[in-house]
Amino acid sequence: MIRLEKRPQPSQLWTYLTPVLAVVVTMVLGGVLFAFMGKAPLEAIRTIFWDPIFGEFAFYYRPELLKKAAPLILIAIGLSFGFRAGIWNIGAEGQYIIGAICGAGVALAFYPTEARWLIFPLMIVAGILGGLIWALIPALLKVYFRTNEILVSLMLVYVAEVLIKAFSVGLMRNPEGMGFPGSRNLRQYPAAANLELIANTGIHWGVITAVFAVIVAQVFFARHQFGFNVRLAGQSPRAATFAGVDPSRLVIICMCISGGLAGLAGLYEVAGPSGQILGSFPAYYGFTAIIVAFLGRLNPIGILLAGLLLALTYIGGDAASSSMNLPAAAIQVFQGMLLFSLLSLDVLTNYRIRLKKAQVA
Amino acid sequence: MGDPLLRISGLTKAYPGVVANDDVSFDIGEAEVHALLGENGAGKSTLVKMIYGLVKPDKGGMTLRGAPFTPPEPRAARAAGVAMVFQHFSLFDALNVAENIALGMENPPKQRDLAARIREVSETYGLPLDPMKIVGDLSAGERQRVEIIRCLLQDPKLLIMDEPTSVLTPQEVEILFQTLRKLKAEGTSILYISHKLEEIRALCDTATILRLGKKVDTCTPAEKTARELATMMVGASFETPAKAARELGPVVLEVADLSMKAPTEFGTSLKNVSFQVKAGEVLGLGGVAGNGQDELILALSGERTGGTGKVMLKGRDLGQEGPVARRAAGLLTAPEERLGHAAAPDMSLTENAFLTAKTRKGMVKNGFLDWGKARGFAEEVIKAFDVRTPGTENAARSLSGGNLQKFVIGREVLQGPEVLVVNQPTWGVDAAAAAAIRQALLDLAAGGAAIVVISQDLDELMEVSDRFGALNEGRLSEIRPVDGLTVEQIGLMMGGAHDMEVAHVDG
Repeated sequence: MIRLEKRPQPSQLWTYLTPVLAVVVTMVLGGVLFAFMGKAPLEAIRTIFWDPIFGEFAFYYRPELLKKAAPLILIAIGLSFGFRAGIWNIGAEGQYIIGAICGAGVALAFYPTEARWLIFPLMIVAGILGGLIWALIPALLKVYFRTNEILVSLMLVYVAEVLIKAFSVGLMRNPEGMGFPGSRNLRQYPAAANLELIANTGIHWGVITAVFAVIVAQVFFARHQFGFNVRLAGQSPRAATFAGVDPSRLVIICMCISGGLAGLAGLYEVAGPSGQILGSFPAYYGFTAIIVAFLGRLNPIGILLAGLLLALTYIGGDAASSSMNLPAAAIQVFQGMLLFSLLSLDVLTNYRIRLKKAQVA
Repeated sequence: MGDPLLRISGLTKAYPGVVANDDVSFDIGEAEVHALLGENGAGKSTLVKMIYGLVKPDKGGMTLRGAPFTPPEPRAARAAGVAMVFQHFSLFDALNVAENIALGMENPPKQRDLAARIREVSETYGLPLDPMKIVGDLSAGERQRVEIIRCLLQDPKLLIMDEPTSVLTPQEVEILFQTLRKLKAEGTSILYISHKLEEIRALCDTATILRLGKKVDTCTPAEKTARELATMMVGASFETPAKAARELGPVVLEVADLSMKAPTEFGTSLKNVSFQVKAGEVLGLGGVAGNGQDELILALSGERTGGTGKVMLKGRDLGQEGPVARRAAGLLTAPEERLGHAAAPDMSLTENAFLTAKTRKGMVKNGFLDWGKARGFAEEVIKAFDVRTPGTENAARSLSGGNLQKFVIGREVLQGPEVLVVNQPTWGVDAAAAAAIRQALLDLAAGGAAIVVISQDLDELMEVSDRFGALNEGRLSEIRPVDGLTVEQIGLMMGGAHDMEVAHVDG
């Protein structure tokens, strides 16, 4: 008989080991999935995890890796504050989209003025504010009307998706675009473009911001009173109130942080890799970032690694779908499995498994 | 026959890291009131859980009237005639008495018939109770009656009662004892769990004493002195705290006309609570559980604000300030619940030391934490209060209840408060640790701090307090000096028997 036995305190070792184990389990389960679909499992795993970094075309994939990882990391860092405090912002995708709309809106309003020193910073501010305000809606509703932030933030994602479609064919449509949907391409507007800072490295402002966010978050969690309050409120809300943490304020601050960073990620994306406001702009970074945050143990360094890994599945998945005809949905299933196996393996952090013979009563 | 009602032979139950019961054997006779006596953690609860079918023994067995008795679940135990009244009630506040009782029955009769039976049983045993009353409106003593009547409806052969008097006023205890004696006269046996020695000497025919999971002795409590019983229970004699004569200073804490609405529907609202505490003085606040103790400490700690009235510390009104500002001013508190309120279970002792000491011990600079200082302070608490733990980086939940309580009290005491308010400072703590905690509170008072001890343990309050008041439905009674206070007076201050008459005992 297998029994689970609660550990006196969470195991340090397993806290760090479970994400690694989850990746391995996912690879095995994914391989089985691919085999059932009639694809060679080992080749598929290699195409997804190995080729983009070490394969023949790695020079093309590596910069892409950073570009995809940056928004994931940025959003996940923001989410980690809320998640640690027990505040569940599930709508980062919506905040990401609104950040993009606001940032692009500023750029399009100034078009074609050439004043990068003014326009680009303004776009950043607008992107942050856009995401922040979108996150503030569920936060204020939670504080004043006790609504559930999970539901409200999630619903607002769909509102944001409709908005960006409406903007792409309405207010922000490119007047020189021959009637096609979509805004002007910001990549071709030097004052607003978020291009690679060093050619062929993939490093744009978003990548730099993401690394910066990781460092700041690490310092805050380890050494700053705010980070301590966040952890305390998440672990033990009543002890937090006893320590003098105001739960309502914490909800608002954490939602603002996650919304602001998601909006910022949206801005960097729309001004860089994506280039324009378009109905197809949403890339589910906001949802995937939830997986990144948990896979990274809500720990900044962990999130950095998890973000790179998830970016790899995006890129490897693309590669696999073109070279092996894997359906795109299979990659999403794959990412989902990753979160799933992590959550189930998490049991090992708080419990140990005991094998015992059933006793005769 | 010659068989006892229940024979327990060699019961053993081990949990990871601790043997809760080690080869325990004793008999409970027919129509006997049998006491199970022991400190917290002596294994009383595990033992009765085995009798009641909640826990399976690792070794050993039981016989009920000669037949093997191995209840796999409480339902089987009840069917065999074993009933239990738990220390914590399992009642639904929003339902009435009869509905609550029906919920616990296998085949509940119609509401009207059940109500009639409840009335009948309550009158027979002198436990006045209206079956149509909503449980949320009942006092703790009345709720206990609901639980007892629920058991009596099953016609039990053995009734187990877990610390039944901890929620009662002295008058209510007397009513309960009359009921239990009547049950005994009718042939029901009672297993009575307690650590209150005088009660056991007054009520019980036999007592089995447990210490650290082992049976120490079975004796006739009336033949022993309370002192002898205590020594058997604790295993060694310990120092009772010494109340030194103290010079009282000026008034430090003044609570004036404090009223605050209850946070939940069945909570207790504070109503015009007023008291003063002088430097060097210990004020004891008693009362039956659920009469506003929790609400009062939340209002004093600053976790809940928004009431009317004043909380004045040395003339400064802190009534609208939060916990951080109050701590900075010197008003410290230690709530009842150690894990999850006074301390965060999964955080280390260092982090938990930071939790309340950050301001007074200067552990924050420009918003950044000084972990070195926090660790140093945690070490200081551990050392000064003899907290048994491998080190400061262990999670709070890994400590035993008594050790964590010493840490929580020590953390506040060593911050040198002007006023310290503690709620149930020794609840669930073994006798030696309890004595140490009480001594620390007295020493703190001797050093010139004002102390408020909120407790449901009257003995404790008499031991440490200079003056005594009682909370009753959110109101504070008149406050009187402890010297010369009689048990009757205390009982009346606590709300007497909640207006219930003992009239039907013979009915």
